[in-house]
Amino acid sequence: MDTRNFTYMFYGFLAAWVVLAAYVVALVRREQKLKRQLENLKRMIEDRERMKQ
Amino acid sequence: MRQKLLIVLCGLAAALLARNLFVMLLRLPDEVAQGPIFRIIFFHVPAAWTAFLGFFAAALASVLYLLKKNLRYDAFAVAVTEVGLAFAAANLVTGMIWARIIWGIWWTWDPRLTSMLVCWLLYAGYLMLRHAIEEPTQRARLAAVMSIFAFVDVPIVFFSIKWWRTQHPQPVVWGGGSMDPSYWNMLFLNWVPLLLLGIVLAMVRMRQEQQQREIDALRRHAHAL
Repeated sequence: MDTRNFTYMFYGFLAAWVVLAAYVVALVRREQKLKRQLENLKRMIEDRERMKQ
Repeated sequence: MRQKLLIVLCGLAAALLARNLFVMLLRLPDEVAQGPIFRIIFFHVPAAWTAFLGFFAAALASVLYLLKKNLRYDAFAVAVTEVGLAFAAANLVTGMIWARIIWGIWWTWDPRLTSMLVCWLLYAGYLMLRHAIEEPTQRARLAAVMSIFAFVDVPIVFFSIKWWRTQHPQPVVWGGGSMDPSYWNMLFLNWVPLLLLGIVLAMVRMRQEQQQREIDALRRHAHAL
């Protein structure tokens, strides 16, 4: 059995986890963006309501 | 409570995965004809099962959305579709790496490979469609129809190796191919951590959909002020 067979097995394992890790990173970034948007909106609404009073 | 459940599921998946990696790399013997590369099957096949389960759940949630018009079903559908798409990508990539060694090529327009690629593109199209529509109920309705339509390809992928003469190996789980019981056990055992990971990711993604709805409601409120 040539060494390429063994090396490609590791490439396969690595590729599967790289794909899933990339998705996890995308999820984390989206979570941060949503939290930021939510905080900004809440602050903006508070400011507007204060100005109305 | 929900955060704790996510951490417990993640920990369980990591522990099972570590145990499975130890067994598959150090305990299981090489397959006689294929050698070490055969072990890719322990990620390739469970990734496909997880993806198909996600697509099935999405189709079911889409039908329920069309019947009940509850946006929670839509949130569930997009969450499981996105996770399913990630697992389908892992399935395609691992398959290509296996093919490079066993067939000597990265890709061939074989019915199984082609139908799986079409499946991936259909669900990627589903996500792109969602991005293109602003209005939430219209987006949910059209996405539900698209999800049901895309699911038609899943049985085609599954049965393609039965219906047409393909280069892809015959199924090991039902008819045709065969496998040593120790490999068979590992195939199912390694599905468990991937499935747990899929559940965790879908739960996180669903929470994001709820946050997005909260943001949309706050925007409307801010606009009204």
